[in-house]
Amino acid sequence: MGNVLVWIIWFIAAAACLGTGVAVVSMTNPFYSALSLIGNLASLAVLFLLLSAEFVAAAQVLVYAGAVMVMFLFVVAYLGGRADAPWAGGPPLLRTAAVVAAAALLTEIVVVLGLAWGDDLTDPSQVSASFGSPAEIGEAFLTDHLLAFEITSIVLLVAAIGGVVLGTTREKEEEIA
Amino acid sequence: MDGPDVGWYLIVAAILFGIGALGVMMRRSPLIVLLSLEIMLNAANLTFVAFARQQGNLDGQIFALAVMAVAAAEVAIGLGLIVAMARRRMLLDVDQASALRG
Repeated sequence: MGNVLVWIIWFIAAAACLGTGVAVVSMTNPFYSALSLIGNLASLAVLFLLLSAEFVAAAQVLVYAGAVMVMFLFVVAYLGGRADAPWAGGPPLLRTAAVVAAAALLTEIVVVLGLAWGDDLTDPSQVSASFGSPAEIGEAFLTDHLLAFEITSIVLLVAAIGGVVLGTTREKEEEIA
Repeated sequence: MDGPDVGWYLIVAAILFGIGALGVMMRRSPLIVLLSLEIMLNAANLTFVAFARQQGNLDGQIFALAVMAVAAAEVAIGLGLIVAMARRRMLLDVDQASALRG
């Protein structure tokens, strides 16, 4: 019984995930695109929960769907009507090539998955109930992955400085232009 | 494991990655390209978490969190570039922004 319930939740989350993904790519108004991406991230968080990754799901909703998307919506609001993105994707040849390239990528991944299907993908290992809990993630971060943890903070600092540098207007620009 | 096997999650991730790749290649607005990039990164994240569950190993989830941090940095820089483009009254079109000259 519990099994069927998990399948139903999985199906709804996966369908929502793919549907909102298509919406993000196909909307002409970036505001609706960004809102669809929030739905996409939320349904992905449900899939993460089903994979017993509680902390990743929580971080996904808080950091991604919360902070990052607010930043996005601010920029969309700042740009106003200029942000509207008509569908015209350049010359027809390029558009066809883009579809073919994306389809090729998808086919490759699905073929690789199909080849590996019977062997490894159907026999998941047993994990304890605390797998993916904040305590276990924190312990892994501060023991085995301490270097990655520290480097991440440097990456974020550099990105923050870069954002400020890109966002400020300089007096010199007037002279150059 | 209750519910679908890891392979089903991987199929969802593959389709999601294809959708994101299509968006990056077809759309011309830098905003939508950034959003499509986020979709691709999240598809990769789903794969990491799925394999972490499959192997019973937390390293995949750690990598997914690192990808999230890098994606946040990427969005900050990308949006900074878009705002800089808008300030200089450039057309918001990735096909037009082909020169690196300031």
